[in-house]
Parts: sequence; C-alpha cells; structure tokens
Amino acid sequence: MILSNHMIEVINLSKNYGTFKALDDISFSIKKGEIIGLLGPNGAGKTTTMKILTCYLAASSGKILVDGLDISEHSIETRRKIGYLPENAPLYEDMTVWEYLDFSGAVLGLGGEAKRGKIDEVVASCSLGDKKHELITHLSKGYRQRVGLARVLLGDPEILVLDEPTVGLDPNQIVEIRELIKKIGRSKTVILSSHILSEVEATCDRVLIIKGGHIIATGTPEELRASKGGQSRIMIVLEDISGRDPVSALGGVPGVTGVEKIKSHETGVVICSVICEGGKDLRKPLIAFLRDHGFVLLELSRTQLSLEDIFVQFTK
Amino acid sequence: MGRIWAIAKKELSGYLNSPAGYIFLSVFLVFSSWIYWRTVFLVGEVSFRSFFNYIPWIFLFLIPAISMKLWSEEKKLGTMEVLLTWPIRDWEAILGKFFGSLGFLILALAGTLISPLALSYLGSPDWGMIFSGYMASLLLAASYLAIGMWASALSRNQIVAFIMGVLFIFMLLLAGSEMFLYFVPVFLTPILSYLSLGTHFDSIAKGVIDSRDVLYYFSVIFFFLYLNKYLLSLRKN
Repeated sequence: MILSNHMIEVINLSKNYGTFKALDDISFSIKKGEIIGLLGPNGAGKTTTMKILTCYLAASSGKILVDGLDISEHSIETRRKIGYLPENAPLYEDMTVWEYLDFSGAVLGLGGEAKRGKIDEVVASCSLGDKKHELITHLSKGYRQRVGLARVLLGDPEILVLDEPTVGLDPNQIVEIRELIKKIGRSKTVILSSHILSEVEATCDRVLIIKGGHIIATGTPEELRASKGGQSRIMIVLEDISGRDPVSALGGVPGVTGVEKIKSHETGVVICSVICEGGKDLRKPLIAFLRDHGFVLLELSRTQLSLEDIFVQFTK
Repeated sequence: MGRIWAIAKKELSGYLNSPAGYIFLSVFLVFSSWIYWRTVFLVGEVSFRSFFNYIPWIFLFLIPAISMKLWSEEKKLGTMEVLLTWPIRDWEAILGKFFGSLGFLILALAGTLISPLALSYLGSPDWGMIFSGYMASLLLAASYLAIGMWASALSRNQIVAFIMGVLFIFMLLLAGSEMFLYFVPVFLTPILSYLSLGTHFDSIAKGVIDSRDVLYYFSVIFFFLYLNKYLLSLRKN
C-alpha cells in the first residue's frame, strides 16, 4: 500500500450516459484538509463527479480512492466518511428541523444522549436555534441550506461534498454560508462545486476548472492567473470625440493583446479595456500614445485579471 | 436493524402526521364497515365472512394510494440522493419503508376490529374464521404494498406510480378469477390461478391456513422487494 497524504484520488474516471460522455478520463487528487472548488459551466460534469464520489452513481471506467480504499469495493465505509449535500439541499418538507435531524442521526447510527448532544452541536454551529421546531417547508432558502449543512455535519464526516451550496441565496446568505463552510473547512476536507467564480476564490485553496468532462486547469487562484502569463488589464476612460475610434487605435500600440469597448452609462465618454501582454506595464506608453494622438484622457487604471477573465479564457 | 427501524418510524409518523393518513384511515374504515353492515341484517347471520370478500377490491385502490409516494416523492424532492448516499444498504432503506407503511396498514386493519366486536354482542361469531380472515388480509396488504412500492420506484410522478400500482395488482388479482380463466387455454389455468393474489386469499380467508398459501405471499413480497432493489440499482448506470 502506498502511503500518501491524499484523502481523495480520482484516477482516469469516465462516465457515460448512453453515448454522452459526461466525464472523460479525469484524474486529480485532493489532500487532507484542503478546500477544493470544482468550477465549470453548467453541464460540465461537476455534479456527476460528486455523485460518483458519494457512491450514488457508478463510474463507467476508472476509480476513486478515498483514504486509500477503492470506493466501489468499500462503499459503506466511504459513505461513512463523506457528508454529501446535493444541489438545492433536498429535505423532507413535512418534518420540523429537529425531527429531520433526529431522523438523520438515527439513520447514521446515533442514539440517546449522544444523538441529542450532536444535534444541539450542529444546530448551534449552523445557527438554527430559533428555527428548531419550525416545519422545513416554511423555511427560507438560506435556512434550508443550513439545515442541509447541519444534517451533513451530524455524521461527523472527514470529507464534505457540497454541490452548489450557495445557489439561489441572497448576497447576505451567501456570505453567511461561505463563512460557515470556511469555519467547517478548518478541520475537514471540502469539495464544493460552483459556477460562480468569486465564490470559489473566496473559499477555496485550490480550483479545478472542468469543461465538457475534462479538467482544463487546476491550481490556486494565483497560479491560474500566472498560467495565463500574468496578464493585466488597463481600464481607460476617454472623452468621446466624434469620428475618432479609440479601439482600433489602441490595438496598434505594441504590447497590447486585446482592446474591448465597454458600455458606459455616462454620456460623452468612451471606456476601453486593454489587455496587456504578460507582465508588461503599459501605462506610460499608453498615456504617451493617447496624448500624441489627440485623445482626451479622463481616467486610467490597472487591475489584475480577475478569475472571471481567466475562466472565460479557459472555457472559451 | 436500528437503521431499518429509524426509516420505518419516519414513514409511519409521516402517515400519522399528515391529513392524508387520516383521510385514508377514515375512508377505509367507513367504506369497509358500510359495505359489510349494509347486508348483515338482511342476511340475518352472525358471520364475518362477507367482510373479507370485499377486502381485495378495497385494498386495490387504497394501498397504491399509500405506497405511491414512497419512492416517487423521494425522487421528486431529491431526498433519494441523500437517503442512498448515507452509509446504509439499499435494502435497509427498502425494508424500512416497507415496514413503516405496513405498520400503518396494520393500524388500519386493527381499526376494523370494531365490527366483529359489535357482532359478538349480537351472537357468537366464529373467532377462528375471523382470525384467519385478518391473517389473509394482512398477507394480502403486505403483497399489495410490495407491488405498489415497486411501482412507486418506476416514476417520479405519484399519479403514474398510483396507476401503475393499481394496474399490476389488478392484473395479478384478476389472473385467478373464473371470468378471466374462461378465456385462456386450459393448460394455463393452473399456473394463472396459482399466480393470482385472489385465489390464495380466498383459501386462507375460508379458514384454511395452508403453508403453501402463506409461502406464496412471502414469495410475492420478496420478489417485488427484490425488483425494487434492482430498480434502485439501475440509477448507478
């Protein structure tokens, strides 16, 4: 047996639905204690990966090792280690929060004082105290998500698998759930999927970008930026002078790889977004160019490429 | 065992905490008692036999109504993903649901005991017959339930599950009826009447508790629970 600090190892995993390849030979590994984000457009294979990992679906080929054990042979042991929150946190609508957690605890093999203690603990850590005796059907989306998380935590899993944990929540709820995941993630291995980039950036140590059943990039958000040559973006605001097209003019400046006109809400103003070649600081040449060609510069600022830009470039 | 019990308890309290559960209980009790008492004074006989004559037909519609939600609701809500990714075996979930619903049906059957008790004021009914009638009803209910639950795993739509359940039970019930056997080739009649849910019911309800009839019901229950497990395992592909 090979000793490794990898909690999860996915080896040449493929999944076909009929003739459709949902996952095509993907491999990756996750270290103990990491928070991993699976990122990708809808239908990329994020949920399929999670369903195979949690033993809900079987792989068409390839395997997954959890803690060194093949999950297809050690299904029950694997599921004991994993807490899975499917998309939209499915719950039994006609139960109260407490009844639901009580039932979940019993199915997980908890009983008596131990069960009550554990329920109180997860209710407290998910801030569900005042909703304990409310029917689940009356809860808001944010609370439902918390009930789902509380249920996941009940089994004290080493690995949390969370499918789109913040989808459909309002901005305040998103921040709350993120904080909760970060808090939990201090002591556990977490895999979460999302198609919202800022979310992955805010919570995850490492990101896997999946598209069309393939992993197309992996790394920390910083590494992903660097892999695109450390490109930077310069925003330029110019006075709109009729008959002058700044986009084509700026495209001719050496070192510029792309110029895009951005819609402005101010009248008489043109905003351009200029992408610069790796590592170059083009602010001075751009200012000189604009001055020499009679443009009236109102604003100029440089930003790092956001994860959004990187994602778009990767998944194009 | 504890896990099967936990799921059974959840299903049973689901029926007892919902208006649908009480609607079922009242419809079943009122309907079955009314059909029976309607004729008691006309016949003028202290017998409970005729009560059981209608049981297969009342159950035909009421039991699929109880079982239709067992899997289709889980599928629709998405809770099936949670249930089947818990560290439990698929058959533990199946048995839990089966016993939970069976518990509710036992409660419903127990409610009808009012009729034979009332009858014992009017005369002295044959309690042996009544016992075997209840035994036949229980075995029949459990078989209908296993079929209905399997039908529920066919669809995420409860109405579809209900209709499929009624249809399959109806076919198995009718297979042994004289009206149906009249039209099939002679060599098929013993097979069909053996496979029929109705013929075995009649013989137990008559007061003859034959182990072959009991075995038949256990086979039907086992067969459909197994089909149920097979249907669940198809999700993996």
